Parts: sequence; structure tokens; C-alpha cells
Amino acid sequence: MEWILEPWPWYVSGPLIALTMFILLYVGKNFGMSSNLRTLCTMCGADKTCDFFCFDWKAQRWNLLVMSGAIIGGFVASNYLSNNQTPDLNPKTIEHLKEIGFESAGKAYVPTELFGQEAFSDPKTLAILLIGGILVGFGARYAGGCTSGHAISGISNLQLPSLIATIGFFIGGLIMVHLIFPLIF
Amino acid sequence: MKNIVYLLIGTFFGIVMYKSEAASWFRIYEMFQFQSIHMYGLMGTALAVGIIIVQYIKRNKVKDVNGNPIVIADKDKSIPRYLIGGILFGLGWALAGACPGPMFVMTGAGYFPILVVILGAILGTWLYGLIKDKLPH
Repeated sequence: MEWILEPWPWYVSGPLIALTMFILLYVGKNFGMSSNLRTLCTMCGADKTCDFFCFDWKAQRWNLLVMSGAIIGGFVASNYLSNNQTPDLNPKTIEHLKEIGFESAGKAYVPTELFGQEAFSDPKTLAILLIGGILVGFGARYAGGCTSGHAISGISNLQLPSLIATIGFFIGGLIMVHLIFPLIF
Repeated sequence: MKNIVYLLIGTFFGIVMYKSEAASWFRIYEMFQFQSIHMYGLMGTALAVGIIIVQYIKRNKVKDVNGNPIVIADKDKSIPRYLIGGILFGLGWALAGACPGPMFVMTGAGYFPILVVILGAILGTWLYGLIKDKLPH
């Protein structure tokens, strides 16, 4: 069982993601995480501001439970199923990240520069995290889905809209990493 | 009982996201630098298996656990909404290094600044709801 504590290779994890999608279909639901963000808006009272949030959020309770499970999964995986897991990045990526100020590259699961406790007292980091989140939330709802709903479920169903959205995800990501990162890091 | 099932599905998904490193900002960055097969292999195998599963469901009219046919709703035809929305999502995905699933996985893993990303994502969703009628769809 030692292998479980090691990072899981992509050819094991990829099919397990598809399995998650199948189980959700089998219990009569759909795989889509960003819908929860809309539900959370409604629960916070956004239904009083516009019609988009006027729906029976209780019908989405199952998805909030999946979301809560993801939190538990993150806790279990990091605390009990890992020996200090660190992504085995391409040495070129590590070198490049160090040049732009990410000293934690190759030493941590996520950059401590962005996700360490210091982040809460650094206005620039807070702005990066907040703006990143706003773009993800706005973009996911505008596109009608995120990586789970479009890139995995939608393309699995051979839907052209999901392919277009996924191409968009990549255009956006490439613009951010290649054109905007040099301006902010 | 059903609630526990949903919670368990989410827990399984969260573990897979963490162990596959899809919840790692570094992996997202490396993917957009084209410096590893990791994320492409992850999504590629998920899709390969996913396509087979969905085709099997459709051809054999597989029913769900309640005996209802499994239907995956078709999405409305459009280009601007998927392309522009997709690009905005991609910008945020690369910047925050997390999409809506992994955000919650990272919360569980104890990287609490991700809560700022989640707050932003909720605000972004709300903002979309406020101005959606003015956007091209």
C-alpha cells in the first residue's frame, strides 16, 4: 500500500476523474463544480439582487455535499495519504520559477509565496488571489461551466460548446502565464 | 443515506485532485509552459475514458440508480459566450492556479489563503449575474 502515499501518476488519476464523472451520472447527477459558486451566491442573498440567482438552491444541496466532500478529500489526502507530497516538476520550470521569485518551486505542493500564511498580510498577494478568483467565477458562469463541466463532462459527451470553452481556458491561461506574469512577477 | 453518498463521491474526487496534483498551482503553471506531459496526460486519459463511458451509456441506454435514463443535457449553441467566458476563466485559472474543484481541495489541505480565491470566485459569479444581460451570449 506504499504507492498510495506517493504522488499518483496521471494515467491512474485521469481514469479516476472519469470514474468520478460516471458515479455522479449513475446517481442521477452531473459533474460540475462551478455551479456551487452560483448556489453559494444565492445562499448569501444574491437572489435579492437579480433573477439569475432566483432558484431553489436546496435542489443543489447534493452538489454542495460533493463540494464539502472535496474539502474532506483535500484534508485526508494531505494529512493521511501523503508523505509531504511535492510535485516533481520539470527542472526548467523550477529554474524559471525561481528567476521570477518563486523560491518554493520544487519544495512545496503549492507556492508558499502565494498560499503561505504571510499571504494574508501582503496586499499584492491578496490582490492576485482575489482577482484570480473573480476571473474564475465570472468566466466559469459566463462560459456555463468550468474544467469539470466543460473540459471533462462536455468533451466526453463530444459537445462542440465545451471544446470551444476549453480552447478558451487554454488561450486565457497562455495569455496569463506568457504575457501577464512578466508584468506582475 | 444519499447525503453520505454525495459526501463520499466528493471525498474521493478531492483525494484524486490532491494526489494527481491537479490542485497544485505549480502543475498548472508547468502545463501552460508546455514543460511536462503531466496535466495533458491527466486530462487526456480522463477524456479517453470519459468518452468511452458516455458512448457506452448512450448506446446501451444505461439507466441510473433510480431507473431513470442517464441524460447529459446539450449546451446551447454559441461561440462568444464559450470563447470569451473561457478566456476569462483561463486567465484566472493560471493566476490563482486553481479551478472550482481544487479550490475546495486546497481549503481542506490547509492552504487557507485559497479562501480569498473562493471569495473572489463567489464575487465573480455574482458580478456575472448582475451584468449578464448586457454581455454577448
